[in-house]
Amino acid sequence: MSDRELLYNYTLHLADNSMILGQRCSEWCAHGPILEQDIAITNIALDLIGEARSLYQFASEMRGEGHTEDSVAFLRDVLDYKNALLVEQPNTDWAYTIARQFFYDVYHFNLHLALANSSEKRISEIALKTIKETTYHLKWSSEWMIRLGDGTDISKSKMQDAVNHLWEYTGELFQASDIEKMAFEKGFGADLSAIAPLWHSKVKEVLDEATIAIPQSAYQQKGGKTGLHSEHLGYILADMQFLQRAYPGAEW
Amino acid sequence: MEINLEEVFQQKIDNEIKIEPRDWMPEKYRKTLLRQISQHAHSEIVGMLPEGNWITRAPNLRRKVALIAKVQDEAGHGLYLYSAAETLGMSRDEMLSELHSGKAKYSSIFNYPTVTWADMGAIGWLVDGAAIMNQVPLCRASYGPYARAMVRVCKEESFHQRQGYEIMLTLCTKGNPAQKAMAQDALNRWWWPSIMMFGPNDEHSPNSAQSMKWKIKRISNDELRQKFIDVTVPQADILGLTIPDKDLKWNEERGHYDFGTIDWEEFNQVVAGNGPCNKQRLKARVDAWNNGEWVRDAATAYAEKRAKREAGKTEAA
Repeated sequence: MSDRELLYNYTLHLADNSMILGQRCSEWCAHGPILEQDIAITNIALDLIGEARSLYQFASEMRGEGHTEDSVAFLRDVLDYKNALLVEQPNTDWAYTIARQFFYDVYHFNLHLALANSSEKRISEIALKTIKETTYHLKWSSEWMIRLGDGTDISKSKMQDAVNHLWEYTGELFQASDIEKMAFEKGFGADLSAIAPLWHSKVKEVLDEATIAIPQSAYQQKGGKTGLHSEHLGYILADMQFLQRAYPGAEW
Repeated sequence: MEINLEEVFQQKIDNEIKIEPRDWMPEKYRKTLLRQISQHAHSEIVGMLPEGNWITRAPNLRRKVALIAKVQDEAGHGLYLYSAAETLGMSRDEMLSELHSGKAKYSSIFNYPTVTWADMGAIGWLVDGAAIMNQVPLCRASYGPYARAMVRVCKEESFHQRQGYEIMLTLCTKGNPAQKAMAQDALNRWWWPSIMMFGPNDEHSPNSAQSMKWKIKRISNDELRQKFIDVTVPQADILGLTIPDKDLKWNEERGHYDFGTIDWEEFNQVVAGNGPCNKQRLKARVDAWNNGEWVRDAATAYAEKRAKREAGKTEAA
């Protein structure tokens, strides 16, 4: 793999994570538990998709040949999507949505802190903007983790259930794919082994305050980053890509 | 000398002095406004659903982001309007429970389905266009909190209207025949419901005279409808689309477009709950509220616990 191909694939991986989670968060729009939080999660969707767009634009420039942010995002099938399994998990309820967001935010924040030093200028520029946004996302999701964990008996049990369920998708974030390993070696990626302890310590701190137990199960799912996805992604892409597929080449 | 409160109130209104929450006001003025503002707030919230329906399927990233932001703006409008209505003495939760029980109404336009992407264009162009016609005069409504909320709402609505028209323009000028057909179909479906948004003809609008006197309303339903049709017809011409009204034609003498008879029976049926999506829209709102109950309870419980802990700390110190 040439350096350019490597950078292209690494950029797609970063973009796909935020794109798919943004798409998931946007499903809440008009269905949130209270108006203010409907607005908040919609904002997060907008930030994530905005970040994904910057990355897709960069990727499409690298690819050339008339590619655009849209051809890169809408004309790849499941096997070519490189997002982690965590972000494609369904919204289920507010507890699952918050737990998924929190786990991703801790990772996303620390990842972009590292990427701010990327040798690739475009990546580091996007990282600086993403840090600002993710700081807010992380504050919001941490507060909701605590509010639900330490709220009522019902909310505590729902939050514990969400954490237990989603836990097995968190390990993949730190299992570097070949692309991530090489990207780090080349200087434009991040060292996931350095981010993992930061993630665990922040997660422990917030779960402790939320009075939520950290799951003891050790088994972790993996595959998303190399194209082996859950059944959910096909449906996400079917929705997302419908018009591009039904009317090939049309302008909108 | 005896002061007649009602006269003082009407004098203020006649002199274009805003009525503020703590001012004396006739009970009927308060009730009329509360009904109107809460209906308007409900319309914003229910109005999120038809467009929210296309968020996950928006055709490209630019359109997706714009659509999400637009629907989010509507949530924001709902917030300002609920806040304005709360100054008249009813809580947001009470207003919502009236919406959920079916007691309170919202704009009937949102009881129509969004079946293709072109509906995102048609809604922005026609529905937001009609809403602006209705709402711009409300920026001068006599009740201060309502007028101020409307100033912000109108700025954003005008942006939405342009965004919707731009979707139509892209479909019609850059689109393939299937996209153009989609645009025409959307116009066919949204035209009549949009011009019904101005409400019954003036002779059948029982509350209008009083609202005019109180300057809650400044322009009559029929005048606004005519104004909307007059500005919209040339816009349809630019798109190369045909408005589905065979009686529509320019009347040189009147200086306005003449148009066909509105099917008020359809309007009344939709108001009565028999529109294509009345049940689904209300169910979606009720579900969101009911599914969110444990979340709101948790937030309240946590806030109380926290306040207690803080109080405990202060006492200990």
